[in-house]
Amino acid sequence: MAQQAGAGRRYVRAFVSGFFVAVPVTVTVLDRFAYVARVEGASMQPSLNPEGNVTGSDVVLLNRWSVRNYQVRRGDIVSVLSPKNPQQKIIKRVIALEGDFIKTLGYKNRYLKVPDGHFWIEGDHHGHSLDSNSFGPALRTPWRARCSVKCCVWCSHGVSLGLVHGRASHIIWPPNRWQRIEPSIPPERMPLLNWHADATEDEEKD
Amino acid sequence: MSTIWLFFVFFLRKLSGLGASASWLCSRLPGRFRSVAITVCLVVTWEVSIGGDMFRRVLGKTLGFLGYTVQYGCIAHCAFEYIGEFVACSGPSMEPTITSHDVVFSERLSRHLCRIEKGDIVIAKSPFDPHMNICKRVIGLEGDKICTSGPSDVFKTHQYVPKGHVWLEGDNLRNSTDSRSYGPVPYALIRGRVCLKLWPPHNFGALNQSPTGRIVKRSD
Repeated sequence: MAQQAGAGRRYVRAFVSGFFVAVPVTVTVLDRFAYVARVEGASMQPSLNPEGNVTGSDVVLLNRWSVRNYQVRRGDIVSVLSPKNPQQKIIKRVIALEGDFIKTLGYKNRYLKVPDGHFWIEGDHHGHSLDSNSFGPALRTPWRARCSVKCCVWCSHGVSLGLVHGRASHIIWPPNRWQRIEPSIPPERMPLLNWHADATEDEEKD
Repeated sequence: MSTIWLFFVFFLRKLSGLGASASWLCSRLPGRFRSVAITVCLVVTWEVSIGGDMFRRVLGKTLGFLGYTVQYGCIAHCAFEYIGEFVACSGPSMEPTITSHDVVFSERLSRHLCRIEKGDIVIAKSPFDPHMNICKRVIGLEGDKICTSGPSDVFKTHQYVPKGHVWLEGDNLRNSTDSRSYGPVPYALIRGRVCLKLWPPHNFGALNQSPTGRIVKRSD
């Protein structure tokens, strides 16, 4: 009886000490290195969730270490804390960085320059009515008009770089879709001009 | 050449299983690293078999030390990320509440639980430079109507704070770039709520209410 009590106490102590090791390490790894998330919604088709929710959603691996200095490249798929709902994350492709001139898609076609410290993200599926892939409950707003929702609806000048959460590097589920995600921009969405880079190129050409 | 070394290692007396598998792994590396890695494996295996106990003890202590470092590093990360952190403020935009070179404690729980309220002083990432932090007071939350015209303007202009954003203003209205110049700030950029002033010691304690009277009062 006393032996059993002793063994039970030892077990509890081992469990508690293991718990205090495992939880901080897991939390730190999820915050700093890698995060795993399920993609919901169809606004990144065909790159992610190509068949919608019929065969199950894609699960992606988000690399948080590579964005620790807020360095993203054009064409990357990144997850971003939503400016409309701080508890939700949205996953989109980076189209333009600070200083780029882009032509926006939407009900008002216009050109704008992405301000400092911001970047421009868009979903790949330009005709879909849902505007965000999210990791939790998606913003289901069926009444939303089709055209205006593809790109940065929330901020007409882009999304702040401080909101970037991680870069999607691999698709890890389902197994037949295991792949590395390569950065690529659809050619019709390339930024027109970069204020910082293209100015020096023009001078050299002359 | 590398194959010969592998066989030599394999047939060494008192060879630990670790040394053998490490050498096999090294043989899989690209050419540049192969010779260096195999030499290191050989040296380690030789030391382990010759030096014996003492080397094993040193190795064990080093690994234990590394393990403790990792564990305490992770606990420190969790504390700074989810409980609170110390911040040294600089700049005149929050005078007289917070002056330059004051040290304050900002707690993170309110931000994660979405309990930031009007009148709180918050630390947030700057919308135009994510490496910089700004310290301002929350004047309005989402849905509030903010008066954006100055006190001397004849025609008053108003702006509504969009969903998921907050309106930040410094206490020193004359000398502060805040939401009046760059617009509402997304809530997700907020890092924490300042709750306690720690330095200078004669000003220790909780922070004062807003001296500007600009905080929006909800009418409903």
